[in-house]
Amino acid sequence: MAKMKRDRHPMPLLDAAVRVNRFDEVALGYTLEMAIEEAQRCLKCKNPTCEIGCPVQSPVKDFVALLAEGKVAESVKRLREVNRLPAICGRVCPQEEQCESKCVMGVKFEPVAIGRLERFVADWERQHGFGELEPVASRGVKVAVVGAGPAGLTCAGDLAALGYQVTVFEALHAAGGVLMYGIPEFRLPKEIVETDVRRLEEMGVEFRYNVLVGRTVTIDDLMEKDGYSAVFIGTGAGLPKFMGIPGENYSGVYSANEFLTRINLLRAYKFPEYDTPLKVGKRVAVIGAGNTAMDSVRTALRVGAEQAMIVYRRTEHEMTARREEFEHAEEEGVQFNFLTNPVEILANEDGWVTGLKCVKMELGEPDESGRRKPVTVKGSEFVMPVDTVIMALGTTPNPILLRTTPGLQSNKWGCVVADPETGATTRPGVFAGGDAVTGAATVILAMGAGQKAARAIHEYLEKQAAVHA
Amino acid sequence: MYRILKMRQLTPVTRLYVVDAPLVARSAQPGQFIILRVGATGERIPITITDFDREAGTVTIVVQEVGKTTKWLAQLGEGDYIHDFAGPLGSPVELPAQGRVALVGGGFGTGAILTIAKALHGRPGITVDAIVGARNQDLLILADEVSANVDRFLACTDDGSYGYKGFVTGVLQEKIKAEEGYDLVIAVGPMPMMRAVAEVTRPYAIYTLASMDPIMLDGTGMCGACRVRVGGENRFACVDGPCFDAHKVDFEEVTRRTKMYKAEEKAALEHFEHQHEHEHECQCKKTAAVR
Ligand SMILES: Cc1cc2nc3c(=O)[nH]c(=O)nc-3n(C[C@H](O)[C@H](O)[C@H](O)COP(=O)(O)OP(=O)(O)OC[C@H]3O[C@@H](n4cnc5c(N)ncnc54)[C@H](O)[C@@H]3O)c2cc1C
Ligand SMILES: Cc1cc2nc3c(=O)[nH]c(=O)nc-3n(C[C@H](O)[C@H](O)[C@H](O)COP(=O)(O)OP(=O)(O)OC[C@H]3O[C@@H](n4cnc5c(N)ncnc54)[C@H](O)[C@@H]3O)c2cc1C
Ligand code: SF4
Ligand code: SF4
Ligand code: FES
Repeated sequence: MAKMKRDRHPMPLLDAAVRVNRFDEVALGYTLEMAIEEAQRCLKCKNPTCEIGCPVQSPVKDFVALLAEGKVAESVKRLREVNRLPAICGRVCPQEEQCESKCVMGVKFEPVAIGRLERFVADWERQHGFGELEPVASRGVKVAVVGAGPAGLTCAGDLAALGYQVTVFEALHAAGGVLMYGIPEFRLPKEIVETDVRRLEEMGVEFRYNVLVGRTVTIDDLMEKDGYSAVFIGTGAGLPKFMGIPGENYSGVYSANEFLTRINLLRAYKFPEYDTPLKVGKRVAVIGAGNTAMDSVRTALRVGAEQAMIVYRRTEHEMTARREEFEHAEEEGVQFNFLTNPVEILANEDGWVTGLKCVKMELGEPDESGRRKPVTVKGSEFVMPVDTVIMALGTTPNPILLRTTPGLQSNKWGCVVADPETGATTRPGVFAGGDAVTGAATVILAMGAGQKAARAIHEYLEKQAAVHA
Repeated sequence: MYRILKMRQLTPVTRLYVVDAPLVARSAQPGQFIILRVGATGERIPITITDFDREAGTVTIVVQEVGKTTKWLAQLGEGDYIHDFAGPLGSPVELPAQGRVALVGGGFGTGAILTIAKALHGRPGITVDAIVGARNQDLLILADEVSANVDRFLACTDDGSYGYKGFVTGVLQEKIKAEEGYDLVIAVGPMPMMRAVAEVTRPYAIYTLASMDPIMLDGTGMCGACRVRVGGENRFACVDGPCFDAHKVDFEEVTRRTKMYKAEEKAALEHFEHQHEHEHECQCKKTAAVR
């Protein structure tokens, strides 16, 4: 074997000056040569700890080994047996906290770039055509999946592969959940999500859009009137938070969800070819410092803001956004105002935002979470002149489903109570997973929950069948 | 895709559509609305449910042409398809078991009060007045349908061409003064009308609901665009509303917020009308409209 390369192959990126003006994907992906070279760094561990670090237990060792031999088609086939959305995971998984954090190579050198390799093989497959699907014998048993986010899509795919007749009910007019309405095109092209959804359709999964479960149909309707033997709830955590400061309802104040949905789901950046309007000023402040805040602020630059900034009451070290996103944002010219807390939004007489009144903060004693709590610096009030404010403060589960489903228990954060191993809820036959259960988390955790629930639903239905036989 | 089974022109700018949407019809309740997209590049717009037939699986809506999307919809007729039709959305309006109720409607709001009138009609211990207004007789919509479902049908026109001459608030005021008043007033119509109704009933402390129409996007509680301040608190009209206590609504704020996209709405309409001219020339209007 050639001499071991210590460092992973860097990801080719679109130049920052070029990319801020468009929605083209920022990370360009490996070439075949780069991918094979990177795959060859893998030690093929007897005990591949990387796989333990993956919430869906993607067969990392196998797919990387096949890729290292240049067998790309076999590699992606093996990966897809377990992971239904590899092109997506390869792009948005926080690999540094999951698989890659457990990679043995990482002890001394840089870990194998598992996510990038996953992305490579999945993209290769999309370009070279998908393999034939192996036919599955239908069991003639109907299962309903509520919500077409990563949790629901994974659960639906796994159940369809087991021969269940799966219908996904989605409130919006497109599938993907946050993948479609939240994460921007320049990080995750929508075509990829659409392709994976089509793949599920080919497997026999039926998609019913414009169905808000809890309003259009209830879970009781699905189980009692419509003949679904089990239900999986993957409704996410879509309810946006606001700060409760004065001026929040002025024109020019958006929740990150509204701002991103207008752009991603409804393509407002192509207005008036697409009908949905969007108004972005010259100076945009985004409040918060998670992935959603980074996506909002970088999107603002791409839709014409001259200056876009993050306003965050803690410091760089407490930000929850992925490091990579923070760095990309910096490269693109996003300004960061740390230890800055908004207290009021100001407007002109027509009600349009003109400024954000803030106070400076300093770090005090650590709180329960161990993070040092920011406290206000006396007399530090100042006004930031901005004309658009975007609130990216996090989200909680939408209450509609819980309100309309008797017997479904929730906790004090409004999350559905479900067994972490099986997704079983307090109602027999009803399972749940993803952000709806955990609160806002990650794509791969949602997928892991969908996968576990599919197994548990299968077991449950087998048992039911045995009882009734 | 949702098929338009029937289309009826009510006024030069208002049309009624009966749409094939069995799941929506099955669960629809008075006070709820749907969100539609005419085509794949379209905007999501909210429209109140005017009527529904659970057996036939149909939902009736009444749409007034005001801008790009509603004009695009106006090009569709029987047999055409609406791309998306999601609902029922919003909380059903809570209706009383007894008492005197006034339903006040203006513009497309007259259509919206029909479901409420139907639900209340024939309940023992309830009397319902419909007070509906329009600029003139020709613009008064669904008079027969509404009057068949209420105890008294009180129409008013600005020019006196039909019924009372004057605004709905005048009639409402008169009825409150002359009789024992009402236990509940529900107003659906243009924002200034609902606001005026709230001011009429406020001194009498008559419980009054107004159906808010802020700008909406998803209609599922996901974006917060539809937030309305009610009693000092932010409420999402698409989930908690659209009907709220009219005495507690901050009308000024919600009115201002609906004007947020004035310039873009104008641009969209111009773009559309320009395109439309071209389509006339090349005879592909139908396909473009259905797509
Ligand atoms: C802007 C943004 C950026 C992010 N970036 C990353 C990232 O880089 N990496 C990462 O790992 N995670 C990221 N996340 C988090 C990640 O997207 C979520 O954790 C994940 O999508 C949760 O998946 P889910 O399937 O549980 O729910 P969602 O993706 O929220 O999907 C839920 C779906 O259910 C539908 N629904 C809701 N209620 C109903 C109902 N009653 N009836 C029918 N349908 C319903 C919704 O319309 C939606 O389509 C990001 C989140 C946001 C908002
Ligand atoms: C709960 C609710 C129920 C409604 N019921 C009816 C009804 O039964 N019949 C009817 O004709 N109209 C109804 N409307 C109003 C209807 O949604 C608007 O007329 C429509 O969105 C206008 O779209 P447009 O593109 O034709 O016009 P535009 O030129 O885009 O807008 C004209 C005006 O319509 C309003 N508007 C625009 N976009 C939206 C949006 N996305 N959401 C809400 N309002 C918007 C604004 O006030 C705007 O100034 C209702 C609105 C709400 C919120
Ligand atoms: S799915 Fe995500 S966590 Fe799992 S191996 Fe792939 S990149 Fe790592
Ligand atoms: S832990 Fe790292 S080196 Fe070992 S098999 Fe997994 S990817 Fe390869
Ligand atoms: S329309 Fe988005 S939350 Fe109401």
